[in-house]
Amino acid sequence: MNNAKITVATAWLDGCSGCHMSFLDMDQRLVELAQLIDIVYSPLVDAKELPETVDVGILEGSISSEDDLEKAQQFRKHCKLLISLGDCAVTGNVPALRNHFKLADVLNRAYHENVTLQPQIPTRGVPALRVPVKPIHGEVAVDVFIPGCPPSAEAIWYVLSELIAGRMPEPSTVTRFGA
Amino acid sequence: MAQPTTTLNIRVVTLRIDERDLSAREDETIIDVCRENHIPIPSLCHLDGLSVWGGCRLCMVELEGQNRLFAACSTRVAEGMRIHTQSAKLQRYRRTILELLFAERNHVCAVCVSNGHCELQWLAQQCGVDHVRVPYRQAAYPVDSSHEMFRLDHNRCILCTRCVRVCDEIEGAHTWDVMGRGTDCRVITDLAQPWGSSDTCTSCGKCVQVCPTGALVKQGTSVGEMVKDQHFLPILARRRHAQ
Repeated sequence: MNNAKITVATAWLDGCSGCHMSFLDMDQRLVELAQLIDIVYSPLVDAKELPETVDVGILEGSISSEDDLEKAQQFRKHCKLLISLGDCAVTGNVPALRNHFKLADVLNRAYHENVTLQPQIPTRGVPALRVPVKPIHGEVAVDVFIPGCPPSAEAIWYVLSELIAGRMPEPSTVTRFGA
Repeated sequence: MAQPTTTLNIRVVTLRIDERDLSAREDETIIDVCRENHIPIPSLCHLDGLSVWGGCRLCMVELEGQNRLFAACSTRVAEGMRIHTQSAKLQRYRRTILELLFAERNHVCAVCVSNGHCELQWLAQQCGVDHVRVPYRQAAYPVDSSHEMFRLDHNRCILCTRCVRVCDEIEGAHTWDVMGRGTDCRVITDLAQPWGSSDTCTSCGKCVQVCPTGALVKQGTSVGEMVKDQHFLPILARRRHAQ
């Protein structure tokens, strides 16, 4: 391996951030990982712009809004390899449960029925919600899928270290839907 | 390996499964022989102790000299059979079948009471299903919570009919049956009446225990708490047949 570190970008779409927490759960292995990869864009670092070219992109969460879709498309465009991290990204999971209801009913439930103070549906400064909620690969091509809710730190470590070693990981050997 | 019984006139046949030479009783099915010899074949509708259904098509195998696939659960062994259980084609078909099951209804493992104890979830992992390539149907199915002890969630049902068969063949109540076609197909209690108002259900819970997913569960279970126990089935099935 040459000295140039592998660049990694991550983003959090419609998920609970649990997959990013699981990433942090790699604990002391993060130090080892930091010798090999550079996190160039992520909720975990301060960079505001996705660089032009990134080696590995990691997406948590489903595509539920116009902003999610745009981020997924940007990641696909700028990342050489795209990973769906966690069940929301891989299957739609909990965010996709709203697909069984009309969007107007869902918004009413959240912003009118259950609210006692100033009931109103937010429209300014928030991205429009899409119907239906989709997994990442429902909109853009994905190279590696890591199921799990969240995938364990071990599963994330396994996938990343296999990729760093130049091998294609088989995530089903270490994780599953709902793990 | 199955020992030939000296009772009755059952012969022993020799066959080859995945390059292994094996012998089996001629009244056994391919899946019986595979299970005895620890050759993994996925299946969801087949359950030792219940009649053969052959509906899930996960146990399809290749027979040399035949140009179609055979369900291992409903095909008897024969002398000289050469069987392949792990070809790339079979693995691709199994994966596709499992993906279609996930796409058809709503198997959201993370919020299922059977999470971690589900045969569909387990098989998906075994067969390398790390995502579903077809779009999810996203159709909502009803939940019947009218029974005081058990709950039926059609969203989790894969229509394996284990509940129908165990209720009919082992419990003898025949509370369960199947109605409708295609995506409207569903298991029903009595004549599609709420489970809680069933006159025939004995509340024995056998259907709940044999259900491979979280479709039939005990009331009051939370995510991951529904652990199933199928030990009763082979014992009861043997006694029924002995009568």
